[in-house]
Amino acid sequence: MDLSLSDEQKQLQDAAERFVRDKYAFENRRKIAATEKGWLTENWAQMAELGWLGMAFSEEDGGYGGGPIETMIVMEQFGKGLVLEPFLPTVVLGGGMIAKAGSKAQKEALLPPMIEGKKQFAFAWLERQSRYNLADVSLKATKEGNGWSLSGHKGVVYNAPSADHIIVLARTSGSAREEKGLTLFVVDAKAKGITRRDYPTQDALRASELTFDKVSVGADAVLGKVDDAFGVVEDAVDHAIVALCAEATGCMDAINAATLEYIKTRKQFGVPIGKFQVLQHRMVDCFTNAQEARSMTLMASLKIDDKDSVVRRKAASGAKVQIGKSGKFCGQSAVQMHGGMGVTDELSVSHYFKRLTMIDLMFGNQQHHLTRYSNLAMAA
Amino acid sequence: MDLALKPEHKAFADDVRAFARANLSPATKAKTFSGKHYDKDDHIQWQKALGRQGWLAYTWPKKYGGPGWDVTQRFLFENVLAEEGAPRIIPFGPKMVGPVIYTFGSDEQKERFLPGIRSSEVSWCQGYSEPGAGSDLASLRTKAVREGDHYIVNGQKTWTSFAHWGDWIFCLVRTSPEAKAQEGISFLLIDMKTPGVTVRPIVMLDGAHHVNDVFLDNVKVPVANRIGKEGEGWTCAKFLLANERLGIAEVPSSKRGVRSLRDIARAEPANGATLADDPAFTAQIADLDLQVQALEMSELRALSTMALGGAPGPEVSSLKIRGSEIQQRITELTMEAVGEYAAPYQPGMLFQDTNETPVGPDHAPPAAPRYFNFRKTSIYGGSNEIQKNIVSKMVLGL
Amino acid sequence: MDLAFTPEEQKFSDEVRAFVRANLATDIRDKVKNGKHLIRDDYMRWQQALGKQGWLVYTWPKKHGGPGFTPAERYIFENICAEEYAPGIIPFGTKMVGPVIYTFGNDEQKAKYLEPIRKSTVWWCQGYSEPGSGSDLASLRTKAEKQGDHYIVNGSKTWNTMGHWADWIFCLVRTDPKAKPQEGISFLLIDMKTPGITVKPIIMADGGHEVNEVFFDNVKVPLTNLIGKENEGWTCAKFLLANERLGIAAVPQSKRGVAALKDIARAEQDNGKPLIENQSFAEKIADLEIQVTALEYTELRVLSSMAHGGQPGPEVSGLKVRGSEIQQRITELTMEAVGEYAAPYLPGLLWQGSNEEPVGPAYAHLAAPRYFNTRKTTIYGGSNEIQKGIISKMVLGL
Ligand SMILES: Cc1cc2nc3c(=O)[nH]c(=O)nc-3n(C[C@H](O)[C@H](O)[C@@H](O)COP(=O)(O)OP(=O)(O)OC[C@H]3O[C@@H](n4cnc5c(N)ncnc54)[C@H](O)[C@@H]3O)c2cc1C
Ligand SMILES: Cc1cc2nc3c(=O)[nH]c(=O)nc-3n(C[C@H](O)[C@H](O)[C@H](O)COP(=O)(O)OP(=O)(O)OC[C@H]3O[C@@H](n4cnc5c(N)ncnc54)[C@H](O)[C@@H]3O)c2cc1C
Ligand SMILES: Cc1cc2nc3c(=O)[nH]c(=O)nc-3n(C[C@H](O)[C@H](O)[C@H](O)COP(=O)(O)OP(=O)(O)OC[C@H]3O[C@@H](n4cnc5c(N)ncnc54)[C@H](O)[C@@H]3O)c2cc1C
Repeated sequence: MDLSLSDEQKQLQDAAERFVRDKYAFENRRKIAATEKGWLTENWAQMAELGWLGMAFSEEDGGYGGGPIETMIVMEQFGKGLVLEPFLPTVVLGGGMIAKAGSKAQKEALLPPMIEGKKQFAFAWLERQSRYNLADVSLKATKEGNGWSLSGHKGVVYNAPSADHIIVLARTSGSAREEKGLTLFVVDAKAKGITRRDYPTQDALRASELTFDKVSVGADAVLGKVDDAFGVVEDAVDHAIVALCAEATGCMDAINAATLEYIKTRKQFGVPIGKFQVLQHRMVDCFTNAQEARSMTLMASLKIDDKDSVVRRKAASGAKVQIGKSGKFCGQSAVQMHGGMGVTDELSVSHYFKRLTMIDLMFGNQQHHLTRYSNLAMAA
Repeated sequence: MDLALKPEHKAFADDVRAFARANLSPATKAKTFSGKHYDKDDHIQWQKALGRQGWLAYTWPKKYGGPGWDVTQRFLFENVLAEEGAPRIIPFGPKMVGPVIYTFGSDEQKERFLPGIRSSEVSWCQGYSEPGAGSDLASLRTKAVREGDHYIVNGQKTWTSFAHWGDWIFCLVRTSPEAKAQEGISFLLIDMKTPGVTVRPIVMLDGAHHVNDVFLDNVKVPVANRIGKEGEGWTCAKFLLANERLGIAEVPSSKRGVRSLRDIARAEPANGATLADDPAFTAQIADLDLQVQALEMSELRALSTMALGGAPGPEVSSLKIRGSEIQQRITELTMEAVGEYAAPYQPGMLFQDTNETPVGPDHAPPAAPRYFNFRKTSIYGGSNEIQKNIVSKMVLGL
Repeated sequence: MDLAFTPEEQKFSDEVRAFVRANLATDIRDKVKNGKHLIRDDYMRWQQALGKQGWLVYTWPKKHGGPGFTPAERYIFENICAEEYAPGIIPFGTKMVGPVIYTFGNDEQKAKYLEPIRKSTVWWCQGYSEPGSGSDLASLRTKAEKQGDHYIVNGSKTWNTMGHWADWIFCLVRTDPKAKPQEGISFLLIDMKTPGITVKPIIMADGGHEVNEVFFDNVKVPLTNLIGKENEGWTCAKFLLANERLGIAAVPQSKRGVAALKDIARAEQDNGKPLIENQSFAEKIADLEIQVTALEYTELRVLSSMAHGGQPGPEVSGLKVRGSEIQQRITELTMEAVGEYAAPYLPGLLWQGSNEEPVGPAYAHLAAPRYFNTRKTTIYGGSNEIQKGIISKMVLGL
């Protein structure tokens, strides 16, 4: 048993830290967020050059043989800088599913360009009625000659405006909410019949509503087995959850550091407000919460590739519960301790707060994952 | 002891409801129920209607032009208006500066300022906080120097809600820098059109603009605009604070908030049914509902003491604390009810006159912004930490 | 990074389990498993078995006669002992005074005191707190005055855990009443059989007797019993505190507690089904289990950095706070699981030999006493408020 980083992992951490320091000073981030596409091509290219887009993939897929720990390391730093480049949808979700379920041809066509920074992905699973149920999918794919025709709606698809390919979760058989009967398709983002409504999100990312109107794709668009995508999707989403947890941990470190600094310098009643015991104890609780979040993220990163699927799923849900709880506590506390300044757009705290809030809502909030964890623990 | 309403009170509630239905513009009402931003007209038209009816200054005694209602009537009035979706009465005139003027002002001042407040002809805003004086209000530094029959005012106010709509601002200013912090402060009314007054918006975390910085650069203010004696402004400030405590718990709008939340839960799909069928979620609403009821009973107990001529007891002091926490919790659960559809940022959708269509359901666009924005309720009007310090000192004797 | 045990760690783990199974008497194991009170002899039998194996002082370095476990081995040892229902090791000798003696004591003192601690032939207790000095320990007033080659000790100590079973007590005493509070304190070892010492029981909220008052009336203590220099006792006290922080989170015991809670929830009925099938109760257990996991991984992170030569970082400081809250939560949920059958008060049943019949299931009568008793965990060893004060100052620099 050893929970320390290897030398290479430490170097990765240093590099990611440096990237965030150089590119994501708060005012810089504000500028990036205000650009049309909401992220910078040059940053993406640099991530490719540093090997981050390929680090979690095996060498035979063109990657560098790392895994969830490497993802955790960079995501944590991304959280500290509120990095906007679409690493999660492209690399963790898109790349992850292709590596897991893709045919040799699909991998060859998609992974190396992704690793080089030339292709981006978006994962379209959510629909208006889905809430957090990954199987609640009604977008239909019907056989059409050799290929398929896709019709239906997908919502809050992160990175859809920039993606080259949309990975679509569709129903090919079975009834509503049945796990069996789901199929993944890799669809060209510009395919005929796709209409997009793009918008920014509360935390300055970009997403879209997508309407599919008889979008034709070939048989080779199917990712993995027909009717059998659920396991792949659940696993990819669990990996994404763990990556999000790492990002949230970074956010918490940053928001706590900013708050600590603020209460040391802001004076009222002739003293720094950090001299008031209520604020001291609340600040301590913030740090304890962040420590717990870090611990659960580490646990989940270590277990997310476990052989036993119950272990994997419990790990992801357990960590997500912690992140929801800790993120809310640190976010709300930071705003409160900043007083009026906390509710303005001006300081970084409110931006970390918004990101932490949205992370809780992504792929199932605290309550959802508590239920899932509880059911898994019961069954075990 | 009796919780039931007397017949005359029932009739009163019916009158208020009929009035609201006849006078509240449907567009304004729609904004309330969809969580959209009001514009100035929404507030002013409604407040003018109330003013014409003699109800805007509903907490005032008869002799200053108020309706002279008993506490039950006030309670009913607030609740019925909330149920009917009326905007909150902007408190700065009718609830704040008005009572200060009729309590501490001269007869001329009463004649000059009260009618405009009662009718909502004149909009007021509150100039207390400064960049260096938030929780520690008494450390304020905006100074007013006497020159003949004017004060020359210099300094900066901040967090001023609705200053961009305000005709007048009431300010705490330092008239005697030598005196002890609380003793050198005076209460001044300033016409916002006076040269030297500049208003600059502060953008909030949800992207909205409610609050402002107000810069005062050699602003000439007639001495006649001072309320009370020079150096006794702190007395007015404290009076206002006490006056503010009741009603600040926002119970009627929280009751409406819980109802809206249940409606949203009924509308939100979840696992083939709705969120209202999810016991984990409905239990959270139930918990909130019980918190609101406890708060309402505390308020009713205070009102009942007052109806018998007593002073509100210690139980009032924590109303603001619990009230703000409950308001925040409503917005938090509302956002959770909306789920991932809370993510799309559609600031345009927060205003009525937009032809944008919502991403997701109609109730989704305001959900996250309201949650973010409502973090303010435990900060403004004296943060909850400050409120607890007050309770600890004044009530518990610690 | 790797969660799996190395082959050596796995081998060690097997060895520990075999040892505990062979050496922990069944009657003791059953008492621990069923939550009965242990008596002095139970602890001594188990600790002496560990002592023979050289494992009792498992945190000590080799050069002082400890086994020199790696952090991973410590973790394994603690977990297996808990899993196998071994009694907790009484810390006063092994974890508190022992390390103080080998760090600050002279060679004679080491020769005299360490061996009986390693072998558990002497029972120690801790004499820090006084009626007037709890959180503010440095205000203590028990005084020791030099008379020839003795100190004469007068005063009283309180909250002495298991003082009624102790052979020796280590005390903080005031040797210089004129110095600043922290600077006039010395660290003294006192034989409990010395004339002038009286022990008086304190009965706890659950009816149990585990703590005492200890009175010192002209107690003669040889100067050779002073550890470190005179007036430098505060250094020993602070060292002990730091030494105590790790392991105090009681994670292995909490894991055992959650497992026991689940067993009870499986046995208890709720609407015709086992309570554990009640979704909302199951989720409360799940939440607790996640809290325990978070705490465990925090501890593992610390152990791992220590294995690489690092010092325990700021994350340790929160361990006691969270650990104690979790212990309390376990007892609270256990009591909730038992429901109304937690009410019968059957103190006799807390002892093994009782032939009283339980009312309701055998575990029920324990639930409330344990809940009441465990409130102590956020108070003793420096209350959680004091812990947060320490973190705020030492870690956050506030
Ligand atoms: C998704 C959704 C959620 C909803 N949630 C709720 C809910 O939680 N509760 C509810 O009642 N209705 C709710 N509704 C209904 C309705 O939108 C609001 O009640 C409505 O009254 C708008 O309130 P407001 O805070 O914007 O305006 P007001 O309460 O009128 O306040 C306007 C502004 O005044 C300022 N202000 C207020 N008080 C003070 C003070 N003491 N000192 C200084 N400045 C101050 C603030 O800057 C504030 O933003 C909801 C509707 C939807 C669709
Ligand atoms: C939306 C909004 C609208 C507002 N509208 C108005 C307005 O119209 N007019 C106006 O004059 N003002 C207005 N305010 C200002 C408001 O009253 C102040 O923000 C508030 O008093 C807190 O001051 P601050 O922001 O400077 O925070 P600070 O005083 O800097 O407080 C920062 C943190 O320290 C804590 N703290 C401070 N002192 C203590 C203490 N002694 N013990 C424990 N904790 C302490 C606070 O609770 C807070 O958590 C508004 C504020 C907001 C956010
Ligand atoms: C079961 C049990 C076993 C014990 N065993 C021993 C033992 O073997 N040997 C021994 O020497 N002692 C022992 N103690 C004593 C224990 O260490 C003290 O109880 C503890 O330090 C608290 O002191 P107190 O009880 O006097 O509470 P007080 O110090 O009076 O504290 C009362 C409350 O005030 C709070 N408080 C005090 N100061 C501050 C501050 N500055 N800021 C914020 N909050 C504050 C505390 O957190 C607490 O909530 C034991 C106690 C218990 C309950």
